[in-house]
Amino acid sequence: MKSHYVRKLAAVLPALVLVCAGAVLLSQKVNAAGGGSITGTVKLSGTAPHMKGIDMSKDPVCSKAHDTNPAKMENVLVGSGDGLENVVLYISQGLTGNEAPSSQEPTFAQKGCMYTPHVLALNVDQKFKVTTEDQTTHNIHPLPDPTAGNIGWNKSQPPAAPPIETSWKNQEVAIPVKCNIHPWMHGWFVVVKGPYATTDDKGSYTIQNVPAGSYTVTAWQEDLGTQTAKVTVAAGSAAKADFTFKGK
Amino acid sequence: MHDTSTHAAAHHGPPTSFIRKHVFSLDHKVIGKQYYGLGLVAVIIGMVLSWVMRIHLAWTAYPIPGLHLLSGTGAPGNVMTPEFYLQVMTMHATFMVFFVLTVVPFAAFGNFFLPIHTGAEDMPFPHFNMMSFWTTFVAFCVMLLSFFVGDGPTLGGWTQYAPLSAVGAVAGPGQGSGVIIWATSIAIFCVGQLFGALNFIPNVLDLRCKGMSMWRLPMPTWAWFITSCMGLTSFSVLMPACILLILDHVAGTSFFVASNLVINDQLQPHSGGSTLLWQHLFWFFGHPEVYIAIVPGMGIVSHVLITNMRKPMLSHRVLVYSMGALAVLSYMVYGHHMFVSGMNPFSSLVFSFPTLLITIPSTVIVLVWIGSLYGAKLRINAASLFALGFISMFITGGVSGFFLAQPSIQILLHATYFVVAHFHFTMAIAALFGIFSGTYFWFPKMWGRMMNDNLGKLHFWLTFIGVYAIFMPMHYLGLAGNVRRYQAFVVDYMQPLVGVHQFITIAALFTGAVQLIFIYNFIHSRFWGEPAPENPWQGTSLEWSVPSPPPHDNFGGKHPVVYHDPYQYGVQSSTGDYLMQDSPEQVKGAQDEP
Amino acid sequence: MAKLLAVTIVVIAILSAIPIIRNTWHPLPDVSAHGQAIDDQLSETMWEAGISFLASQIILAWFIWRYSGNRPGEKTKTFPGGATGLVAAAVILVGVEVFALGIFGVKAWANIYFTPPGADAMPVQVQAGQFAFYFRYTGPDGTFGAIHPEMLSEANQNFYGIDTDHDSDAKDDIVTAEMAVPVNREIRLLMHSKDVSHSFYVPALRIHQDFVPGLDLQIHFTATKVGRYEIVCSQLCGLGHYNMKAYLSVLSQDDFDAWLKKQAALQ
Ligand code: HEM
Ligand SMILES: [Cu+2]
Ligand SMILES: [Cu+2]
Repeated sequence: MKSHYVRKLAAVLPALVLVCAGAVLLSQKVNAAGGGSITGTVKLSGTAPHMKGIDMSKDPVCSKAHDTNPAKMENVLVGSGDGLENVVLYISQGLTGNEAPSSQEPTFAQKGCMYTPHVLALNVDQKFKVTTEDQTTHNIHPLPDPTAGNIGWNKSQPPAAPPIETSWKNQEVAIPVKCNIHPWMHGWFVVVKGPYATTDDKGSYTIQNVPAGSYTVTAWQEDLGTQTAKVTVAAGSAAKADFTFKGK
Repeated sequence: MHDTSTHAAAHHGPPTSFIRKHVFSLDHKVIGKQYYGLGLVAVIIGMVLSWVMRIHLAWTAYPIPGLHLLSGTGAPGNVMTPEFYLQVMTMHATFMVFFVLTVVPFAAFGNFFLPIHTGAEDMPFPHFNMMSFWTTFVAFCVMLLSFFVGDGPTLGGWTQYAPLSAVGAVAGPGQGSGVIIWATSIAIFCVGQLFGALNFIPNVLDLRCKGMSMWRLPMPTWAWFITSCMGLTSFSVLMPACILLILDHVAGTSFFVASNLVINDQLQPHSGGSTLLWQHLFWFFGHPEVYIAIVPGMGIVSHVLITNMRKPMLSHRVLVYSMGALAVLSYMVYGHHMFVSGMNPFSSLVFSFPTLLITIPSTVIVLVWIGSLYGAKLRINAASLFALGFISMFITGGVSGFFLAQPSIQILLHATYFVVAHFHFTMAIAALFGIFSGTYFWFPKMWGRMMNDNLGKLHFWLTFIGVYAIFMPMHYLGLAGNVRRYQAFVVDYMQPLVGVHQFITIAALFTGAVQLIFIYNFIHSRFWGEPAPENPWQGTSLEWSVPSPPPHDNFGGKHPVVYHDPYQYGVQSSTGDYLMQDSPEQVKGAQDEP
Repeated sequence: MAKLLAVTIVVIAILSAIPIIRNTWHPLPDVSAHGQAIDDQLSETMWEAGISFLASQIILAWFIWRYSGNRPGEKTKTFPGGATGLVAAAVILVGVEVFALGIFGVKAWANIYFTPPGADAMPVQVQAGQFAFYFRYTGPDGTFGAIHPEMLSEANQNFYGIDTDHDSDAKDDIVTAEMAVPVNREIRLLMHSKDVSHSFYVPALRIHQDFVPGLDLQIHFTATKVGRYEIVCSQLCGLGHYNMKAYLSVLSQDDFDAWLKKQAALQ
């Protein structure tokens, strides 16, 4: 009885080892050699919506921080060459489903009673830090959609308080976050699976580490909505996808 | 006169098992002590919470070790967050108002002494009485639980104004599960107190022993009787109000939430409710509640003073009528909490007159106390010192009521620290002094041992000076416009006041530390104090005619018979300068209304 | 020890009264047209309450001093006149004093609440929300645009939920985070809460009124002195309650016009 058992095991084990090794090899291949990317720019056509100034006179700590450069809304930020800043690009179709979350730990900072960055893209389960540099207390109040499975929270951070470290459990595009003490403060968490990127002030972006394959890329802008494009990424090379949002 | 010497009280023999004796006891005396213990735990919690608040108010960025363990949303670096301040404040007030000020002077002392004062061998419904305590205990545990559930207790203050309290978690930390737990606990608490009142009232009406007419009831029993009537009518309003509040959370109703509210840019799914409805319901309970807290204290203080002055009050009846007037008026004045709350401004004026009127019975009570001191032979001991302190506190608190009774002045003082000073003097500290006075006075009867009087006096002196140092300056803060329920003072005109807050905090920490003397004295005397004689203060009412502590059925199988008014002092009897209520002796000069 | 208590009570009473007599802490100086009546009422009450306070504490202390201790041979005595005298004293002294206060107080109250604003009072709307005030001026058309709660968005700085694209009344509305009013001009303040209860407390202006969600209230006042004052919230409204405030600038008419123009440009 015992020997029978051992024999069976002896047969199964090498097979198992082989399969594992194969899997490891394959995945390495995907990651290293297949480190393709998707790159491009996101632009705005037509007139940019008017971004109102923010009056922070309620809290002198805030208004002092903007003595020299008055604060403005950041919903639609247009940079040089009509590039749209803070657009999040992510792969909405074509993922295998076992992408590991990014291991970076980005910071969502409160500075001058504004959020930096205004939009923070994240992977599911990716840790991030909320920090404050202001001499006034903020409350950080993300408001996920209750049906998406993420749980909202609401915590204050007094001046010089240690960072709040947390993550999101479910994909959600996008979670608004606000400060109630300073009602003008608002930003976004964009929680996706797989590789993603956020546009810079010229509107350009690069999604790194995209395995070879065909994908649908979605560009998300908080006020202007989403656009998609189909791309095919070849191993080791950069696919291109440009987007143009229409101003209202 | 009522002849109930046949004893209608549910008769039950002495219990034999430990559980029946000490846990689920039917004996009103054990229940009274259980209530006292609960109050003691609650007052310690409440006081520690007040320290945390005070430290934060004076030194806003100062870390308080261990704070993060208590906070549902975290106290980063042990520094208090705004929501946690408000949660602590709400819990401080809730524990103090409900589980200390209602529980101790009324439920604890009342349970122990009311049946003895009436000459009954127990409450009329001992099972209800037992349930009254255990229901209250459950309410207490539920309230404690809120520290550990979700993002912590509610931050809405003990008044729980809607719609902040009714819209749910969108409105802030603790406003979801925290409010539900709070309202549940309070609703349970109301049930417990209703059980209590339903025992007290029939006991006074139906279980008085032979010879015990209503006017022969001692002052505290009158006070508890009046308080029970208030409890019956006010807790029975609060309980449904809490249930409606819970329904707004869980059943999608909108009793207290108006249409078209927008929170966090989200339109709230409520319509048609009334914001002011909650305030009316709450204060219809809330104002009588502050009298529920203070009237038993008045009774206790009168009792203690009479015994220590060696003479009766100028008029027993005037005191009783005045307390009754307070009780009746307390339902008509509740609108003075709402002068600027958006009620029709004409109603504010209407409510201001009964409010001014209520100063008359209050003044009568104070004047009768002071007038009675005239010609006394006042004994100074811990109990009488606290009773005198009570009068001083009550005067101070009452005088600030002159201001708050006037709508026009409330334009300046509403919701400022002036109000905090006012209610701490009248309701909180005065009632606390009543509790201390009662404790030093009745401890020998309740636990059969004497307390250390010198430690008691020391406790009095430091506490008396301490509480004036804490609360007197709050009047000045209020005059200067310092708004209450602020966790930090970032408003420009309030910043210069921080120094005053620091002074108050030091005084509060000092006063709090002083309470350790009391706790030490209490525990030490409980176990190692000198055995108490039957009548250590040469009192006259029935509790002093039975052993310390009294036997299971209070009177050892005898049926007491009463021959006199409760307070026959300053007479020449065979026992000395007093005549016990149950002494058949007739002496000259006794004022004895049949 | 009784004597010590008597002395302590008197000392505490006097120490408590000193800051009041020296006016160390006092309400902010009044800058409103109606505030004098309130201040008079306050000082009237302060006198009467102060005297009652000192008198009762001192009499209490005196009796404690005088009537403590077991004085052998002496019998206990009753206050001359007994309870009846004291009840009469309470009813007459306190009753009259307090009712006089009450009746005079009505005037100060009626001043604010029972007189309608003048027809030419300038309308300003204030909206309270967690945890800031926002103010609204009508602009040249003299009317406020309708509020659409579903359009309200702090994220888009549409604090009132007005439809500037389609509603011509709303187009010229000016929404500000700071309040400014011309000096000596009557203001009709329309109070609206977007979420929970708040309060509009301006100690310098002797104004204090809660916001009632679902019920828009109206008060009116005239500021009489140029300066910068603070509006604070005094009704517990959530975690940011302590920081719910705004500045109120009382400006000369010219400065006010310039200010309003500047704000209009920022819309
Ligand atoms: C050493 C004793 C005490 C200290 C230092 C203390 C201190 C405080 C403080 C700092 C606040 C908050 C004020 C604010 O932020 O507006 C407060 C509120 C309160 N306290 Fe006390 N307290 C004491 C005893 C008591 C007692 C014995 C009671 C019993 C009734 C009590 C009842 C309350 C109530 C009802 C509130 C109002 C809370 C609210 O606004 O909802 N306090 N106390
Ligand atoms: Cu903030
Ligand atoms: Cu507020």
